[in-house]
Amino acid sequence: MSALLPAEFAEFEEYAAHWCLPTETERFERRMASDMDEMGAFYAAFSARLDEAIEFCDKYPLDELPEDVQRLLQLIHSYVMVSMAVEIFHQPKVVDSADAVLRRVKEPRP
Amino acid sequence: MSPRYPKPPEGSWTEHFGLDTGPVSYADSISPSFYERERQAIFRRAWLNVGRVEQLPKAGSYFTKELAVLNTSIVVVRGMDDEIRAFHNVCRHRGNKLVWNESPDEETQGFCRQFTCKYHAWRYGLDGSLTFIQQEDEFFDVDKSQLGLVSMHCEVWEGFVFVCAAREPEWSLREFLGPMITALEGYPFDRLTSRFGYRTEVRANWKLFMDAFAEFYHAPVLHSKQSPDKYAVAAREAGYEAPYYAVEGPHRLVSTSGVRFWEMDPGSLKPMEVMTRGGLFGPWDKADLGELPAGVNPGRCKPWGLDSFQLFPNFVILIWGQGWYLTYHYWPTSYNTHVFEGNVYFLPATNVRERIAQEMSAVTFKEFALQDANTLEATQLMLESGYVEKFPLNDQEVLLRHLHKVVGDWVEQHAGVPA
Ligand code: FES
Ligand SMILES: [Fe+2]
Repeated sequence: MSALLPAEFAEFEEYAAHWCLPTETERFERRMASDMDEMGAFYAAFSARLDEAIEFCDKYPLDELPEDVQRLLQLIHSYVMVSMAVEIFHQPKVVDSADAVLRRVKEPRP
Repeated sequence: MSPRYPKPPEGSWTEHFGLDTGPVSYADSISPSFYERERQAIFRRAWLNVGRVEQLPKAGSYFTKELAVLNTSIVVVRGMDDEIRAFHNVCRHRGNKLVWNESPDEETQGFCRQFTCKYHAWRYGLDGSLTFIQQEDEFFDVDKSQLGLVSMHCEVWEGFVFVCAAREPEWSLREFLGPMITALEGYPFDRLTSRFGYRTEVRANWKLFMDAFAEFYHAPVLHSKQSPDKYAVAAREAGYEAPYYAVEGPHRLVSTSGVRFWEMDPGSLKPMEVMTRGGLFGPWDKADLGELPAGVNPGRCKPWGLDSFQLFPNFVILIWGQGWYLTYHYWPTSYNTHVFEGNVYFLPATNVRERIAQEMSAVTFKEFALQDANTLEATQLMLESGYVEKFPLNDQEVLLRHLHKVVGDWVEQHAGVPA
């Protein structure tokens, strides 16, 4: 399989296939369908390099990110999504949200 | 415990605004017949915000809006003359819905030079005029000039597109908004174009969700699980007080004080907030919007967190001290259901670091809103049980009292007016 991420971030390829998702809707659904061990592992692995990853993306203008860098940004977006579950709720779902739903229907790209 | 912020001379905000301090009836939220009266007395008379001009970037841009509360669908379009107009989305030939995409009950948007009916291909210009009738000769005495799309009053204020369903509006849009709202003129809404939009259907009366976002008394309790324990415990012990409230005509405002998260000790913060420099209050690095109009933070709160302007009947503009804003809309679909729309607006991000701080803020907004939404259905169910009708509201819930009072007044005053 060809690499999804820039070579500098090859160590995250195993997460990329699962978490490089272009929309919030997909990321939120993936979070709901994931177990805490999976998300905990992704969170722990990526934490140390978040800042570097942001800086790497910022070598390019925001509207001209190469495809592999766009996927790195998607991975960062997923990392934000996963952090809510890992740091705070200790479960995929928002605590005390019952069956409430809120769909994101519009978002800036990337 | 003495209040953290000074109360008005009357001793409370509630009395300051001349509102009754007794328990409040929620009979206005559980009755199909009261909802019918609201539709006539409020939604058919008030100016309603249906979107922003950025959704109509050029001549021919249009969007549709399903307005169940008015029993109609409208199409809002920018004409060749740059004028923005609103029309009932109905073909004058035999009533087909004119503009829709995959499913006739879903909203759509796009760009066109004219509207063509899917049924028999009658065509309308962007100004609503009927321009073409298929086999016109087969008709009897048709006058195309009499068969244009039926328009709805449409005006734009600060880039917000409003419609009014009244035959003749009782107020111009600016009159309706009044000085508290028009004092926001000059706020750079037109620069804050990076939009995160949210939508959901809620099984509760529209006013219950208005209520939920009109008080922060719930915040340290309902949202306690959103913060590390250290912060949550301190917040719950302190309780909540807003430094400033205002009421003007049917509209209302609450301001909150600011929290300098970046000065807090890390044990009180989510690690992700520190890493992304973003969170509930928005990006920590404040957007430079230049000088803001006098209508922003009218209570001159310092530090200032946000202003929540609640425009009657169903529209909220919430301006954050960190240099961004969000809007809420509550569109009734029946006496115990409504569609909620939330839109978060930032300056367009210029790099990934800014984009991530915005994403963190938008994601956090949703996590909180899901908790806000969760209590609504349960509340609706129990209100409808009818065993308890009146409820005590405290001084931090003064704006709920005002909303229900204004709704009641409008319905009352309209009683007997022929439809
Ligand atoms: S209904 Fe529209 S053309 Fe016949
Ligand atoms: Fe809330």
